[in-house]
Amino acid sequence: MPERFDAIVVGAGPAGNAAALTLAEAGVSVLLLERGEYPGSKNVQGAIMYADQLQALIPDFRDDAPLERHIVEQRIWMLDDSAHVGTHYRSDGFNEELPNRYTIIRAQFDKWFAKKVQAAGALLICETTVTELLKDGDRVVGVRTDRAGGDIHADVVILADGVNALVAQRSGLRDELKPDNVALAVKEMHFLPEEVIQQRFNIGENEGVVIEAAGTITDGMLGTGFIYTNRESLSVGIGCLVSDFAASKTRPYDLLERFKQHPSIRPLLAGSEVKEYAAHLIPEGGYRAVPKVFGDGWLMAGDAGQFVNSLHREGSNMAMTTGRIAAETVIDLKREGKPMNGRNLSLYRKRLEDSYVMKDLRKYRDLPQVLHRNKQFVTTYPKLLAGAADTWFRVDGVDKRSKERQIVRSFLKGRSLRGLVGDALRLARAVR
Amino acid sequence: MMINSVKVEEKLFQNRYVVDEGRPHISISEPLKASPALRTLVDICPAGCWSVQPDGQLSGTLDGCFECGTCRIVAKAVGQEIQWAYPRGGYGILYKFG
Ligand SMILES: Cc1cc2nc3c(=O)[nH]c(=O)nc-3n(C[C@H](O)[C@H](O)[C@H](O)COP(=O)(O)OP(=O)(O)OC[C@H]3O[C@@H](n4cnc5c(N)ncnc54)[C@H](O)[C@@H]3O)c2cc1C
Ligand code: SF4
Repeated sequence: MPERFDAIVVGAGPAGNAAALTLAEAGVSVLLLERGEYPGSKNVQGAIMYADQLQALIPDFRDDAPLERHIVEQRIWMLDDSAHVGTHYRSDGFNEELPNRYTIIRAQFDKWFAKKVQAAGALLICETTVTELLKDGDRVVGVRTDRAGGDIHADVVILADGVNALVAQRSGLRDELKPDNVALAVKEMHFLPEEVIQQRFNIGENEGVVIEAAGTITDGMLGTGFIYTNRESLSVGIGCLVSDFAASKTRPYDLLERFKQHPSIRPLLAGSEVKEYAAHLIPEGGYRAVPKVFGDGWLMAGDAGQFVNSLHREGSNMAMTTGRIAAETVIDLKREGKPMNGRNLSLYRKRLEDSYVMKDLRKYRDLPQVLHRNKQFVTTYPKLLAGAADTWFRVDGVDKRSKERQIVRSFLKGRSLRGLVGDALRLARAVR
Repeated sequence: MMINSVKVEEKLFQNRYVVDEGRPHISISEPLKASPALRTLVDICPAGCWSVQPDGQLSGTLDGCFECGTCRIVAKAVGQEIQWAYPRGGYGILYKFG
């Protein structure tokens, strides 16, 4: 193996694969390092994959990518202890020729993606953990790995090592994560025959359903639960802020178990065989938590740079976009014969600002704090909504006007007029 | 509607790990007195790796570790340092699905 490359990419998740693919296709010599036995063996996702950004990298990905089901129906549920109120959006329009969202299984998807990267000419080496960056003064000049004689040099290093961003931390390029900027999610894979999934979720052969659930299932913590349909399994998970887990001393596996026992959820999982239990962090600090993502000889992409839109559950797409833009920046500088110093690489951050990535993160920049300070959105409201629905639908001889009054009174009692108006404004401001 | 705590060992049983014998990737160099803040690790570690010994010291058994980072972040936030690194390449949790 040569000891010098134009570029080294750390981590073969969506960010690293996107970066390495883009570089290799432009003829840049690139080494992709992954600590897992194979790409994906360390990675956890829901997982919904958004086609648009993958298509930008691999236009014909549908030919051979390991896709589970395309999404035709989205259910958003507010749960209290015994009920759920929800909205469903289902459309045959989602059965389009080139569907927009798919469920995937990351251990398989990342492996497939990395094969494309190799085919484009990048060198992939797995089972290799990068321990720190090699520096010449302040300039990053390569990486140190845990293999004997494991120092490798490059003009630029793209850090795509995921949410913990340990490589950058070790080298003083970023701070430790804060407990209120990061969520811990636990997840299980529940296997069921394909036909059972299709009957239970009222879907056809390749069609899929997404359920996002919030409410008392998180026990007052900020977070959500989910069920995604794969071909012959269901991904079932729940995640909350680490600071909330710590404050309430909640056991994540108890929380997951409780979610699975909820009367609205339990029948969907009945008879399934669990084949894996997983846990992973998700960056949720949004715009204000994005660290410095470029410097002399280095760029940072994906979860390492905190590029996640938690409200819309977008992370893998942002990882692919930031990985691709990081690579394009390197390619352009190289073409122009410019050195990979911080000043030139700052072009990366500028391009991100112009992309949907930073535009969306900026739009929701106040949301993490607003939700953090206003737990009633996950405690009081789900109960009020379920209570209102119960009052409204129960036919019990009470006239409808009285029922209306009863519902209004329950909201005023639960949250006061001032509280209700304030909450509406706060939420509107944070998401407008 | 709190249900009884489930046995995390039973969940971990499903998973695949390649254990790097004798080379734990997380360690505590100085014995750490399990302060109330650190005791939270016993509960919030998703793999149930941490326990408090009879002498009040925090102790970790990392066979089921997900390498998630939660313990490192929580300890750091209360001013305690856990030596936390990823396992050597190829070792540790090996997700079949993820
Ligand atoms: C439960 C859950 C559900 C989610 N659901 C969705 C969803 O439905 N849709 C969506 O778009 N996003 C979702 N996300 C977010 C999404 O998974 C991430 O945003 C995405 O994986 C980030 O990609 P990445 O390449 O930056 O990081 P990762 O996917 O974490 O990849 C980092 C890679 O680097 C490797 N690595 C780390 N350190 C080193 C090192 N020192 N040396 C060598 N290699 C190293 C790792 O092994 C890994 O392969 C979810 C996340 C979780 C946890
Ligand atoms: S890294 Fe995660 S799974 Fe491993 S010991 Fe720490 S909290 Fe537990």
